[in-house]
Amino acid sequence: MSQTVTTKRSQRESAGPYGKIGHTLNELDDRLGVAKGGRTFLDKIFPDHWSFMLGEIALYSFVVLLVTGIFLTLYYIPSQDLTTYTGSYLPLYGQKVTEAYASSVNLSFAVRGGLLMRQMHHWSCDIFVGAIVLHMGRVFFTGAFRKPRELNWTIGTTLLILAIVNGFLGYSLPDDLVSGTGIRIAYSIILSIPLVGTYVAFFLFGGNFPGTAIIPRFFILHVLIIPLVILGLVGAHMGLLVRQKHTQFPGKGKTEKNVVGSPMYPVFMAKTTGFMFVVTGAIALLGAFAQINPIWQFGPYTASRISYAVQPDWYMGFLDGALRIFPAWSFHSFGYTIPLEVTIPAVIFPGILFNLIMVWPAIERKFTKDNALHNLLDRPSNRPKRTAAGVTVAVLCSMLFIASSTDVMANFFHVSLNTVLWSMRILCIVTPIIAYPVTYKICREMQGFAGAGKRKTTNVVSRTAEGEYLATPAPVYVDDVVHEHEHEAVAIPTFVSEPVAEDEASPSGVRRIPR
Amino acid sequence: MSEHEQRTPVQLSTVSADDPHLQPAARRPELVEQVIAVTFFLGVVLLAGFGACYWVNAAPWTLGATLGGGTTLLGVGLIAWGKYLMPRGPFVEERHEAASSPEERSAFAAAIVERGGGVIKRRKFLGGLLGAGMGLFGVVSAFPLVRSLGPLPKGTLFHTDWAKGTYLVDITGRRVHQDDLAIGSIVTVYPEGLENSDNGQAVDQTVLIRLSNEDYTTQKGRETWGPQGYVAYSKLCTHLGCPVGLYEQELQLLVCPCHQSMFDVTNGCIPNFGPAPRPLPQLPLMFDASGYLQSQSDFNQPVGPGFWERS
Repeated sequence: MSQTVTTKRSQRESAGPYGKIGHTLNELDDRLGVAKGGRTFLDKIFPDHWSFMLGEIALYSFVVLLVTGIFLTLYYIPSQDLTTYTGSYLPLYGQKVTEAYASSVNLSFAVRGGLLMRQMHHWSCDIFVGAIVLHMGRVFFTGAFRKPRELNWTIGTTLLILAIVNGFLGYSLPDDLVSGTGIRIAYSIILSIPLVGTYVAFFLFGGNFPGTAIIPRFFILHVLIIPLVILGLVGAHMGLLVRQKHTQFPGKGKTEKNVVGSPMYPVFMAKTTGFMFVVTGAIALLGAFAQINPIWQFGPYTASRISYAVQPDWYMGFLDGALRIFPAWSFHSFGYTIPLEVTIPAVIFPGILFNLIMVWPAIERKFTKDNALHNLLDRPSNRPKRTAAGVTVAVLCSMLFIASSTDVMANFFHVSLNTVLWSMRILCIVTPIIAYPVTYKICREMQGFAGAGKRKTTNVVSRTAEGEYLATPAPVYVDDVVHEHEHEAVAIPTFVSEPVAEDEASPSGVRRIPR
Repeated sequence: MSEHEQRTPVQLSTVSADDPHLQPAARRPELVEQVIAVTFFLGVVLLAGFGACYWVNAAPWTLGATLGGGTTLLGVGLIAWGKYLMPRGPFVEERHEAASSPEERSAFAAAIVERGGGVIKRRKFLGGLLGAGMGLFGVVSAFPLVRSLGPLPKGTLFHTDWAKGTYLVDITGRRVHQDDLAIGSIVTVYPEGLENSDNGQAVDQTVLIRLSNEDYTTQKGRETWGPQGYVAYSKLCTHLGCPVGLYEQELQLLVCPCHQSMFDVTNGCIPNFGPAPRPLPQLPLMFDASGYLQSQSDFNQPVGPGFWERS
């Protein structure tokens, strides 16, 4: 009878060929059963197309937002109490300012690394919203939102709205002159809601503007409540992504029933971690070299002061532009007022816009009567109506965004404000109307263009012994041809008539670079 | 293995160790490895530089430059590693249908409809009572959650702190005398004692302008409101409540910098450009015995942007 002695050596040996790690994994699997699912997860395939990277930019700028934001909360004081600024920025020295403003200036100048963190936080927010918009554009124009992914589209749209709202709350927190004006405008927009506007505004702000509670309430919304919701929804967004697997562009070997690309571990993990570093690095470089929101130059918020030529952050621009160019159509009747000059551009218009985006998958399903599951993406030109509709909305929003700089343009081009205003009004109506048919036409033209979106045919150039050069078409892979018939979209004229047998067409000794 | 086979996606779990799909994509992996090594080395140097810059409290841009440069280089190296030195693939993964079998579906639906539904249908009264109770709970719990947030609007938006006999003071609290303003000048005034309060700044703020006696139109019924060319208008834009802070003296316009509404000072501050729908409310003025400016009453209209209850 030999006694079993548990030594480190015996443990190592019992763990099998994978050593300590294998042992740990076994122990983990005994308790949680991670081996099967873990292997599947490590083997998860990610498509290699560049456009799938846009969502990653959003994700990683959100990570930067969280990290830099935590740093900022350590030094920011969410209080409207007045204090005397005695920090190192001399032009403000001795002024009565709020604690919020003083602490924002202090964390920029007195805290080591504070200015960088603040600027990175602001930049990553602008990039976050921008990446979400581009990512949504990718998903929209390629039809990735179709069944079965409608729910994830809805979550994504909600994330966009939350990102915009939290961005607004965030840039309001320093309580500087520009952001204070923004809060004043937001208050007035809420007031303009018929029936309940005044109540909503009074409850949100704790009374008539400026109220007693903006900064503390905005703070807790900005740093806790909305980020938690965003975090939860990001988790759900990615959970659904893993569960439903990625979409992919049609191509060699790609079908509705598979995903082709790189495995999660280690290829995608390396690439995406590297990309996280690159996004972080780009934001840090922006924070270092591109000044953003210099609140010490704007000065503290005072309700009776205002600055000239101020614009909100870019993602609020389309609303500001809409407010600028909408005519003064206030509606009075039966002793009540609907300030349509505010309600339509700032409440009804964004309401319709975001609801339209939210329910677009349902709208499209209703029109196309297409209830099938889709995992292969559309080329935008193969869906001219959808593409044209998307471009129309994008053009409208871009025009409204430009309209948020009417005063700056008038100054810059030395034309009257009136000219700029009317030009923008006309452009905001005309360009979307033109955009639809033009996009539609371009899409149809692209469909007719042989080989649009395909790899160019490769020619193999060879030299004969006599010095003559010969260009022979490279072999065409069977799958490339097969696939074209597989994809149910509008038929694209094929650019190869028939597959050529490999051995005939490929002169020996010609090396093709593997992709 | 032919090129065709090499380019055909394979399943990761089925490939053998010597499969070309597992080979690096780079044609010269050693060279790529060297380049990545240099990238990593420079990145690490920059990150160390970040630590050093932080340590000596160097200028903020050096912190960002070293941190950003370092992470970017590490990232680029890592991406290159993944792209050129790791298994080149392509790999394929089967996509399994999410939908369950018809039997599983109907069993699931049956469980919900029959098992639960049967119980609830049999005890309609209990279910109704519970439902009503939960509804009531929802309503009453909304009271502290919503109603405590702020006061009711009531008449707040209809009134300001201006009243009969309130003295006009500037931001320093000094009363305005009839000889203080030259023709064409402007000053922002507040009700005396409130010049530093939130409400005084945000709601009561008023622009006082002295017009020449000849070149302006007096609105009907406001003949006594502007003694000696002094006129006072609410500084809150009727569009969105920004301070109407720009005074175009030559054009006699008050301009709102937010959305460029313009108000004609010589004609009752009626808007003649931009999105503002109403004239700025006017504050009736008078002089006391020693020539200091007072308000005759509150503004003739609610100040600021429009809202539902406003008639």
